[in-house]
Amino acid sequence: MSATGAATGAERIAAAFAGHGKRAALMPYLMGGHPSKEESLAAGEAAVAAGADLIELGVPFSDPLADGPVIHAAGTAALEAGITPGDVLEICAALAPRVPVVLMVYANVVLADGPEAFAARAAAAGAAGLIVPDLPQDEADEVRAACDTAGLALVALVAPSSTPERVAAIGANARGFVYAVSLAGTTGERAELPPELSGLVERVRAATDLPVAVGFGISTAEQAATVGALADGVIVGSRVVRAAGEGGAAAVGAVIGELAEALRRG
Amino acid sequence: MREREFGPYGGRFVPETLIPALEELERAWIEAAADEAFTAELGELLRDYVGRPSPLYRARRLSERLGQDVYLKREDLNHTGAHKINNALGQTLLARRMGKRRIIAETGAGQHGVATATACALMDLECVVYMGAEDMRRQRPNVERMELLGARVESVEAGARTLKEAVSAAIRDWVANSGTTHYVIGSAVGPAPYPAMVRDLQRTIGDELREQVLTAVGRLPDRVIACVGGGSNSIGAFVPFALDADVELIGVEAAGEGVATGRHSAPLATGARGVLHGAFTAVLQDADGQVLEAHSISAGLDYPGAGPEHAWLRDEGRVSYVAVEDDAAVDAFKLLSRLEGIIPALEPSHALAWLLANPNPGGVDALVLSGRGDKDLAEVLAR
Ligand SMILES: Cc1ncc(COP(=O)(O)O)c(C=O)c1O
Repeated sequence: MSATGAATGAERIAAAFAGHGKRAALMPYLMGGHPSKEESLAAGEAAVAAGADLIELGVPFSDPLADGPVIHAAGTAALEAGITPGDVLEICAALAPRVPVVLMVYANVVLADGPEAFAARAAAAGAAGLIVPDLPQDEADEVRAACDTAGLALVALVAPSSTPERVAAIGANARGFVYAVSLAGTTGERAELPPELSGLVERVRAATDLPVAVGFGISTAEQAATVGALADGVIVGSRVVRAAGEGGAAAVGAVIGELAEALRRG
Repeated sequence: MREREFGPYGGRFVPETLIPALEELERAWIEAAADEAFTAELGELLRDYVGRPSPLYRARRLSERLGQDVYLKREDLNHTGAHKINNALGQTLLARRMGKRRIIAETGAGQHGVATATACALMDLECVVYMGAEDMRRQRPNVERMELLGARVESVEAGARTLKEAVSAAIRDWVANSGTTHYVIGSAVGPAPYPAMVRDLQRTIGDELREQVLTAVGRLPDRVIACVGGGSNSIGAFVPFALDADVELIGVEAAGEGVATGRHSAPLATGARGVLHGAFTAVLQDADGQVLEAHSISAGLDYPGAGPEHAWLRDEGRVSYVAVEDDAAVDAFKLLSRLEGIIPALEPSHALAWLLANPNPGGVDALVLSGRGDKDLAEVLAR
């Protein structure tokens, strides 16, 4: 049970994927506390108003191995400004009544106080799930159990390099949705989508009945529309974080509006 | 807690993208280690190119001064001046066998970067070395050496601009390029199979040492003492003595400006459990799980984590971990230079400083002199 009523995180995520009325659900990534705590909350609200269906909210971490320069720099700036996981959970609590919030948080932050304690805090803040980019399938049992108990979905990631056996195991243990990492690399805007994307989405679909969302390297409306035709969800990170840094909530709203429009048109 | 390679420690806390590459590496290493042609080629290079076995030298005047026998395991006499070449040669040979033509590495003191650049020159492989901008400043001669050897040195500007950030930058490169690239990690840290593979490549230090001490004094030493950054020279020295219950094993970390100041690099002596660079191990961190910056005069020890096998050996009580401050290490650096005509690197100067403060009158100790100090002259003379 979560703090926001009877629905579990997985159920709220499922409802968001079922009811967006677009080609695919739009899930922007925002760095919690960037460019400031207030502005990051305002950016989240602007994103929801402009058509975001779920929010992926980053918890800044000292050593973000999966992130490219834009998100790394935003996290570093947030840490320098004193933002803590507790601050990000407050932002989460403010957004959660309006939209499912999935926290993107590195393993060491989850493990610091023990996974049960972190999952309980996240659930109390209304989070629907966790994405832990440095917690592959093989290391995930404890955290998944803690999330299940707290009513949070531990979202699993699949990469283009994942072997068929791994995709099957990841799919079998997935909660909420499966996050298909589009490319080999860190987060960041790319000029082109990887050519093997549709094959990757098909491989993941064969392994799970849950929605499949694609992230990493998606930044333009055109790319979002292409991915939206293949997958159930489109995750846009660095482009949105860059907008938050450059123009705050207004710029985030404008970017999300364009992406949502592209996903509606298709 | 889940069982990993080293009790609860170790594991693979990395993005999914890298897991297949780590599995491939583990298989390749197991195959190579069992292949006589591979081990023969590595053995020949270690002998003729590196100069192994490295001598065991009874430090005459130091022994006299302390009233005991002090044996120095002379890794400083290896080609490129430190123990790092043992690991770098093994891993580059393995990379070539795996068909990877591009090598990346991180470096702190520059010794591992120089060793990797050297091995890549020998094997005609492309080499990129990530190095914190602060370390590039304090270890300038090694930057020049790497470039002369044909490597590209990438300056890392994130965080404190030292070893932790260089490792992170190398891992990010590897996430994007693992199909063509092998990451030669420089210490017994990182996701499996690295900690065990690096240990296996460095245990030549301990295997030789054990035999050499037996030959020299007819018995095992009372204590084996080694400095611990990520923990590769120490794990290599300790492992062959693991079952010799009478041999005390002492790992010396950097206490920087003092453990009480919080400005140190002693995760084993002081730290909590956490995840750093893919392993569950001993890590300097705050209550939220943010990894803290390490502090040490010695770039090679300036790292907030230590290898997972050390965390386990600590919990099991097999190895004692202690820490030595910057000032004491500098004094030991100068003392060995004057007493023995050997200029040690700042890293093993920490181990020496601990021995100077904790002698073993009438006894026999072995200390790993993991590298030579040419790279540190400017840093020491500036104090
Ligand atoms: C001479 C020397 N000794 C020791 C170290 C510390 O590394 P490790 O603990 O892996 O032996 C370094 C690292 O750069 C070094 O250059």
